[in-house]
Amino acid sequence: MTLSHFTAALIFSFFASIVFGITQRDEQLEMIKYGAKCFVFFVLGTIAAGWAMWILRH
Amino acid sequence: MARAEKTNVAESTASKSAARVQPQPITAMAVIAPALGWLVPGAGHLIQKRWGRGLLLMLSVVTMFVLGVLMQGKVYAFNTGDILDILGFVGDLGAGGFYIVARALDIGRGAIDLATADYGTKYIIVAGLLNIISAVDAHDIALGKKK
Repeated sequence: MTLSHFTAALIFSFFASIVFGITQRDEQLEMIKYGAKCFVFFVLGTIAAGWAMWILRH
Repeated sequence: MARAEKTNVAESTASKSAARVQPQPITAMAVIAPALGWLVPGAGHLIQKRWGRGLLLMLSVVTMFVLGVLMQGKVYAFNTGDILDILGFVGDLGAGGFYIVARALDIGRGAIDLATADYGTKYIIVAGLLNIISAVDAHDIALGKKK
């Protein structure tokens, strides 16, 4: 099975965010909000890191 | 005036911390839930009738572990070599039953010629680490620290 780097990062972010949301918050709505926030930060972090590496390379 | 307010805040914080760190009685569930949750991802929540949470945790951990294996990631055996290899083993061990089955079936030898195999290795390690977080959460629920 071969995934692109970005797809692998997205899948990773999705499942890790679910676990973080459930385990780090008490209320259901808070869990969903925190999970969504984690997912956004994971994805934005991935994109930022990608651009940072591109800048370093050039 | 300001000093009195500071004192009140300090007292309030102290009472809150005291309430938080109050020792909880250890119950059988507080031992069984994390142990079962480690062995079968999500089972620690399911046994406490947190059906939705348990199933989502199970789905997340199992999917990450299986995807890691399908990407030809490495499943670390016990070792005393490089520190990263030792930490890899500790992470993998967190996946509980899935780690035991993978080792027994000799799955996860790791393909060093594939770039995505390294992702697979990380997926497997993180699945184990997430499972440990889930097991600790199941322990907290059993102790009544969390709903």
